[in-house]
Amino acid sequence: MYVDRGRELSIIFFLVLLGVVLAVFAPGFYNPKNASDILVNISYITIAAIGMTAVIITAQIDISVGAILAACSTVAGLSAKAGVPIPLVFLYSIGTGAAIGLINGLLVAYARIPSIIVTLGTLTVIRGVIILLTGGTWIYDLPANFRAVGTGNTLGLPNPVWLMLATLLAGAFVFSHTRWGRSLYAVGSNPAAARLAGINVERTYVSVFVLVGALVGLATMAFATRFTTVQSNTGQGFEFLVITAVVVGGTNIFGGSGTAFGSFLGALLVGVTGTALTFLHASAYWEQALQGLFILLAVALDAARRRGALDFGWATRLFRRAA
Amino acid sequence: MSAKPTKPGFNVPWSEVVLVTGLIIAVLYMNSLSPAFLSPSNFFQITRISAEIGLIALGMTLVIITGGIDLSVGSILGLSGIVMGFLYTAGLNIWLAALIGVAAGALCGLINGQLITRAGIPPLIVTLATLAIFRGLALGISQARSFGNYPKEFLALGAGYAGPIPTQLIVFVVLVIAVGLILAQSTLGRFIYAIGNNATAARFSGVPVNRVLVLVYTLSGALAGLAGVIFTARVSSARSDAGMGNELDAITAVVLGGASIAGGSGSIVGTLLGLLLVGVVRNGLTLAFIPAEQQAIIIGLILLVAVLLNQVIRLRTGRG
Repeated sequence: MYVDRGRELSIIFFLVLLGVVLAVFAPGFYNPKNASDILVNISYITIAAIGMTAVIITAQIDISVGAILAACSTVAGLSAKAGVPIPLVFLYSIGTGAAIGLINGLLVAYARIPSIIVTLGTLTVIRGVIILLTGGTWIYDLPANFRAVGTGNTLGLPNPVWLMLATLLAGAFVFSHTRWGRSLYAVGSNPAAARLAGINVERTYVSVFVLVGALVGLATMAFATRFTTVQSNTGQGFEFLVITAVVVGGTNIFGGSGTAFGSFLGALLVGVTGTALTFLHASAYWEQALQGLFILLAVALDAARRRGALDFGWATRLFRRAA
Repeated sequence: MSAKPTKPGFNVPWSEVVLVTGLIIAVLYMNSLSPAFLSPSNFFQITRISAEIGLIALGMTLVIITGGIDLSVGSILGLSGIVMGFLYTAGLNIWLAALIGVAAGALCGLINGQLITRAGIPPLIVTLATLAIFRGLALGISQARSFGNYPKEFLALGAGYAGPIPTQLIVFVVLVIAVGLILAQSTLGRFIYAIGNNATAARFSGVPVNRVLVLVYTLSGALAGLAGVIFTARVSSARSDAGMGNELDAITAVVLGGASIAGGSGSIVGTLLGLLLVGVVRNGLTLAFIPAEQQAIIIGLILLVAVLLNQVIRLRTGRG
């Protein structure tokens, strides 16, 4: 099995470059607390991004993940307040996400509506339903055992980081070493050929949407648990963060390629650039523009590399020799 | 492939039939909810609010027909308003500032187009990145301040009337006719459909694909810029967060109008019907005191049902 590591190398190259700049101009960036903060901040993005990776590998997209995050946060917050035990709260949150994902998946696979339209529709409906059910009020005073999930440590690492690492390892294994994982790439590269090869294409589409929904449910437990309230507009713009992480991480938006580790690197790049700008004393008002510019630069560099305008061949050879 | 661009004459334009039926049902229902609904003044109220999204949707229609997408239009709306407000506050003539605001929008679109055609990055990704960049520039230039105190004659652009007709409706109608003619009657319009149907085939047929794409994205940016100027005149203040989420509203209208997200089909008439349906439903439900969040549910469901119906019809009539 051949995997193109070029994109991952491009990002690592970019991260190293940024690392050198930071070492010269802002050595304060390098401290354990800051590293841990960055990892906690990207943990919920990475968890959802691994689900989104599966969706985009099959050449679909899900722009309803921000709304799903809000739905899961609401369900998790309300059930935790009602005294539901934490393992059950996990289950409710993941179940809510999976149920919404199932609706998305069925509409994409069997009604054959393009996924960007389906999820645009469900995103609007979900947000409306949440406000309708909660009356638009925030959920305050989340119980301590709920918040302990997001703010506590286990064996020296913050819990959200553990959740992220577990999802990352599971995702990396499932995508490359299971029959289902390999079928994603087949469906994304050529659905007709995949069908002829005996893959149930419709069921594959449904499964990736259920997966991303369930993982957003899990991401909720690394996100909503870090704050004292659940806001009614939670997760606005989350879909952009997640898709950015996946795409910067080398997953082809037209399907057929992508890795879990790449998406983690993509999320890391988003997280590091944001924090780096603070440390480089960039004005907070310019931060978003610069961050967008960095991401565009990373993507453009990679596009140039793919067209052969930039040669990373030496790095690839080095990597192959090492592997 | 839709048969729309070639117009064989006897094909029923099903997506328009679905939309017009939906629109009639919506109007009748809204009228039963609130007697104020079917009055001319209320109709003009709907168009005043729909004009900004409408301008964006015009450009989005062209972009979607080429098989692309432009997620950055909401940010361009915000940035153009800020550029204009910043220059006016710095002492520039208001109309010159407004013109530069629109030009800034066009420049943003030009940048999108160049990145898509030259760097070879897919439109979804380019405009996802520029969505952040343009919004960030608006925030950076304004330093999170808002710009106000515009002269009366400028505010008339967003809040004034010509007789009973809101000013921006006139601007919008002129542009609808212009863009509609370009798309349906000009060589450029044929090129746009050709690219959406098959970009490679179009290139081999001698269509200047890259130049057309750059032009389409520049136009989309310029229209979003104009929407930004009109928005500023309507609310009499330019803020960096203006237009957030407008890209999704515009895409909803275009897709409701029967355009295929895969490119190659769509029309300005369809987009207008889509806009009108969303505008009518929102306005009617507001008059009936139904809160915005329930409106969102209904509009989301309408989008899904309309696309589903179109899909069923396409499969039945073998035009898939």
